[in-house]
This record gives sequence, C-alpha cells and structure tokens, in this order.
Amino acid sequence: MVMEGSHVTAIATDTQMRLLIIEDDRESADYLVKAFREVGYVADLAGDGEEGLALAEGGDYDVLVVDRMLPKRDGLSLIGALREKGNRTPVLILSALGQVDDRIKGLRAGGDDYLPKPYSFAELLARIEVLSRRRGGPAEDTTYRVGDLELDRLSHRVMRGKEELTLQPREFRLLEYLMKHAGQVVTRTMLLENVWDYHFDPQTNVIDVHISRLRSKIDKGFERPLLHTIRGAGYMIRDGIR
Amino acid sequence: MTAFGKLIRTTAFRLTLVYLFLFALFAAFLLVFFAWNTRHLITEQITTTVNAETGEISDIFGRRGLRGLVLTIENRALRPGANLYLVTTPAGQAIAGNVGSLAPGVMATTGWSETAYRRLDEQDSSNHFALVRVTELPSGFRLLIGRDLEERRRLFGIVAKAAQFSLLVVVVLGLGGGIFVARRVLRRIDAMTGTTQRIMAGDLSGRLPVGRSGDELDRLAGNLNAMLERIEALMNGLKEVSDNIAHDLKTPLTRLRNRAEEALAKSRTEAEYRSALERTIEESDGLIRTFNALLMIARAESGQARGNMDDFDAADVARGIHELYEPLAEDDGMTLRVRAETAPIRANRELISQALANLVENAIKYGKPIVATLPAGAGITADADRKEILIEAKRVGDRVLLSVTDRGPGIPVADRKHAVERFVRLEASRTQPGSGLGLSLASAVATLHGGDLRLDDAHPGLIATLAIPALSGGSDRLAAQTQDMPQKAA
Repeated sequence: MVMEGSHVTAIATDTQMRLLIIEDDRESADYLVKAFREVGYVADLAGDGEEGLALAEGGDYDVLVVDRMLPKRDGLSLIGALREKGNRTPVLILSALGQVDDRIKGLRAGGDDYLPKPYSFAELLARIEVLSRRRGGPAEDTTYRVGDLELDRLSHRVMRGKEELTLQPREFRLLEYLMKHAGQVVTRTMLLENVWDYHFDPQTNVIDVHISRLRSKIDKGFERPLLHTIRGAGYMIRDGIR
Repeated sequence: MTAFGKLIRTTAFRLTLVYLFLFALFAAFLLVFFAWNTRHLITEQITTTVNAETGEISDIFGRRGLRGLVLTIENRALRPGANLYLVTTPAGQAIAGNVGSLAPGVMATTGWSETAYRRLDEQDSSNHFALVRVTELPSGFRLLIGRDLEERRRLFGIVAKAAQFSLLVVVVLGLGGGIFVARRVLRRIDAMTGTTQRIMAGDLSGRLPVGRSGDELDRLAGNLNAMLERIEALMNGLKEVSDNIAHDLKTPLTRLRNRAEEALAKSRTEAEYRSALERTIEESDGLIRTFNALLMIARAESGQARGNMDDFDAADVARGIHELYEPLAEDDGMTLRVRAETAPIRANRELISQALANLVENAIKYGKPIVATLPAGAGITADADRKEILIEAKRVGDRVLLSVTDRGPGIPVADRKHAVERFVRLEASRTQPGSGLGLSLASAVATLHGGDLRLDDAHPGLIATLAIPALSGGSDRLAAQTQDMPQKAA
C-alpha cells in the first residue's frame, strides 16, 4: 500500500487543523508538536493547566489534546471548566492511567476520547481526525456513500453498484463505522471500542479477521477495492480515485 | 526504660494495683462493719445491765430508804470488776460510791452520757471512760450507775491492729502477685516483641511463640502467626512475580536493544533501517501489552475496580465474546460455539468480558487437538468435535459459571495451580506468542468478584471456568429487561 502519509496530506490541505496540546512533559510535547506540524497541522503548546485553559478559551481550536496530570490545574478540572463555560471543542485525553474506570472518569468529565499512554502517533492522529470531523458533523446522514458503495442506515441495506450485499448485523455496524469516517484512518482499537464496545487489548488479530470477512463481501469481485489497510495504523474506506 | 519501669507500666501490674485498692477498700469496710456492730452490742449490754441495776437500786431506796441505798452501793462497789456507783445529795455532795472524780456537769443532767472518770481507789492520774446513767431519786438524791468502756476500747485496738495487719498482707500479697503476673506476661510479650522486631528486620520466617494454655495471648499469637503466614506467602509471591517481571520484561527489552544496536552497526539501506525500526515498534507494543496486563491484574487484585459494577446477564457477555472471536477461530480451523442461559451477575462488565476473551484466546491458541498424542483410531471417531471450542454461560446454584471448553491437550492436574500464576507459560506453549498473563488476569478478575477460576479436565481437553457469585433475586428483573429490548445480533 502506498497510503502511508498521503491521506494525511489530503486532509491537511483542505482544512488546516488547529490543535492545542496541553502537556507538561516538555519532550513528549515537543515531539507531538513536531509530528503534528509534519502532517500539516497547526499545533500550539501549553505547559500547565492554567495556561492551557486560557489558550483553549481564547483560540479557535479544532481539537484539544489534554494530558490528565498537569501542574497548576489537572486535566479533568480543565475540561470541566471549559464545558461549564459552554466551550464544546472536542477534547482527547492522554493519560498514563489506562484502566477502564479512569477512561470512564475522563469521559464523564467531558472528554470526548481517551487514549492511554504510551500510544502510537498513528493512533493519536486517527482519533484526532475523527474527533475534528465530529465537530463539522455531517456524519449523521441516513445514507453513507463511498464510490459505488452505499449504506442505508435506516433500512440496513448495503448496495455495491447495482448489487445488494448481505451483511451480518455486526458486519453492518463495522461497515457503518468505517463509512461514517470515510477517508479517515480508523485503528483496530477504535473499531473494538466503537463497534464492539470493548476497551481491552486483544492479544490476537481478531479485528483483522472481521475486516477480512467484510472485505471479502464488499470488495471481492469488484474492480476497485474500497477498504484499504493502512500499514502501521489501521483501516480506511475510501474511493481510491476520488 | 528500666526493667522496673517496664514492669510497672504493664497492663497486668496496673490491673493489680486497681484490684489491690479494691481489696483494701473491701477489707476496711468489713472491719468497720465488724467494729461498729460489736460496739453496738457492747453498748447494748451495758445499757441493759445499768438499767436493771438502776431499777433494782431505786427499788431498794424506796423500800429501805437512804441508809439501805448507801449500804447496798458500798457493798456492790467493793466487788471485783464492779460497776461505777455514785450517790449525791440534792446539794451535789457525794455520799456513797466508788467514783473519785467525774467530768463536770455529768450529775446535773439525768439520762445517759459518756464521761471521763477516776475511781476512788485508783492512784494513777489517767482518766478512764465510762457509759453512765444518772437517775433522780425521790427527795432529790441522784444516783449514777455506769460501766467502764475499757472493754470497748480494747476491742477497737484489736480491730485497728487487724486492719493494719490485713492491709499489710493485702498490699504485700497483691504487689507480689502483680509483679509475678506482670513479669510473666511481660516475658511473653517481650518474646513476641523480639520476634516481631526480627520480622521487621526482614526475617519473615520468624513466628511468635504460642503456649499451650490457649489463653488470650496464645490466641493473639496464633492469629498473628496466621497473618505472618499470609504476608510471607504474599511476599514470596511478590518476589516470584518481580523475578518473572524482570525476566519477561527484560528479555524483550534486551532483544529490542540488541536489534537497535545491530541496525546501527550493520544496516546499509533504508529498507534495512525501516524493518529494524518496525520490529522495534512491534517489540515495544508487546511490552506495553504485557505492562497493561500486569497493571490490570494488580488493579483487579487490589480490588480497585470494584467501583464499576453493573447488573447484567453473563449470557450476553458469552454471546458477545463468541461473536467477536468466532471468525478468528474459524480462520484457525476450529469451530467456536456458544451455549448461554440467562445468568444474572453483578460485576465489572469490561473485566468479565476481558477475562472470558482471554480464556477463548487461550483455547484458540493452545486448544488444538494434538493428533500424535491421541491413541490410534481415536482421531477418526470425532474429528469435527475435537476442533470445537464451546463457550458456556449458566447458573448453577448460587454461582454463575462462564466456561470455555476446548479439545486440546488440556493441562495436567499437577500443573493447573501453577498455570494460573503470572508469566507462567507451560512448556507446551512456550513457542506460542503470548504474555503468559491471560489466566492470571482471568483468575484475578474472578477473585475480585468473589469467585474463582477453575481448570478441569474435559476428557480430553481443558475446561476453564470463571465461577462468580450469582446476583440473587436479579433474574426476574433482568429477564424483564431483555424482553423489553428487541433482540440484537443473532
């Protein structure tokens, strides 16, 4: 696959994504800023909770990346303060506390997504893209279309060209999620969380097997594959030519 | 602290002091009671005698006049151990009797009084005390009859002596006993303290001395020993775990480092660098997974996850996990089936799902039938059956059983307990990928919910069962819930 990085450039050119990273560890913050700039994002940096809150209130950011444990004001209270003032900017929480109850706490405090440390940059990037799209929000259409693949969310019908495809309920939900985020990388963890609602880390390639089943139904026998594997990151559904 | 200081600070000694005080108080009360009663008795005796004699002598005076009175009194006064007698004229002059002097004013009032006096025939100047009754006779003469109180005084002397003596005895015996008991207790406590200090210094094998009397100290020592036993087991477990962690985390770390080093030293092309870096990431992902699993186990074991408990049907979890793993099993040439009955539990859904997922992953990884070990011919009989993995959820008594049955080689009885421990990967599975934490996590999750993980023989194969306390009285509620909801995924 030649996808590595190319999908990112595409997104970066049509909308310049503005991020605020609130992280007190200088080295990982610098790494993040550099990595985001490399993919064409604008990334600002705040070193503590107070500064982060001030910047988040002032600047028009697409996504906030907030470390949970911050000096002066911890991540959760920062999010709480923002939400109280009616600021709905999507927040992704980064935390060394990766357990289920910590995640629930983070989401309850007003976070939109939660990523335990250590994370891969690909995972972080994929989640940020999904979050920022959520803000623009045309994703609640009743019909999703990618190329000649069409998914009707109300009647649960899936068509590829003129052919109707028969999917199992779970395959339908998998495809629905992928198509909702068409053109974006979706990681295995995101699929497990959003399609199956599990938050653990399987030691096996369960998700890959489900994807390959889905792929055999939607792409097999068709000229142009739509469901792509993004190496080192996850999967993406999109019309190859567009 | 001096030995004596330590001794008098013991509870036993302080108790002794309290008892000592109480006993002394009791003895004093007893003596006072005795003395008072005796005094009362003596006084009564005296009054009776004096009254009788007063009556008698008044009678004599009535019949025989002053002369008869004086004669009788002189006569009686001379008897040994005689009472006190005194007759005075209306003018107050003594005319008969054996009393030399009296406290002033005694004769002026009739009736009973206590007075100091001196007998006529006595030479010494010491005063005695007497209880006397003064009566006025017809024609103004006064008659005093009384009795010496020496007897009563002597009695008080005896009582006072007895009091002193008994107090001394009580104090000496009490203190002695207290010290004896306190020293005995102190010796045992010192022995315990010594042992605990050795244990605190790091020697966890030390145990407190337990006597044979079965008293409270022995019971305490027994309980402390049981606690030490548990602590030692935990410490040993911890040590074993840290050894294992050191091994299982250091091995991949070493590999990681070696590869990076090798890539730096030898790689020429970009492709070589790239593949070295990719393997590095893979290796570190594996490390992160191991680390996460360890943290999860630690969390489950410390009971921290107890906050997120919901009521739900274990059958849903079984079906969910089946749905997730069914394609994977099929790709591996096995059949994953599910048989789930309504089985309500109160649990952390996420943890239960993960524990069951671990069991299923294990079954897929290690549950493949080994044809070579089967007796000849057995492989033919049920080849399809042999490749089956069954997930089951059911309620048995007060337990909900979530089990995974495979038809693989199973785990020998001797290895089962061992298999649950952290990082243990039985010889047969060493070559397979995995952290060796799957069963440990499942076991920790079961323990967190007040249940256990059971490993049994499936003849052939392994049944791994999470046995968790069922939610009592919850089945109706859950059943009602499931009826309301449209059935999801078949």
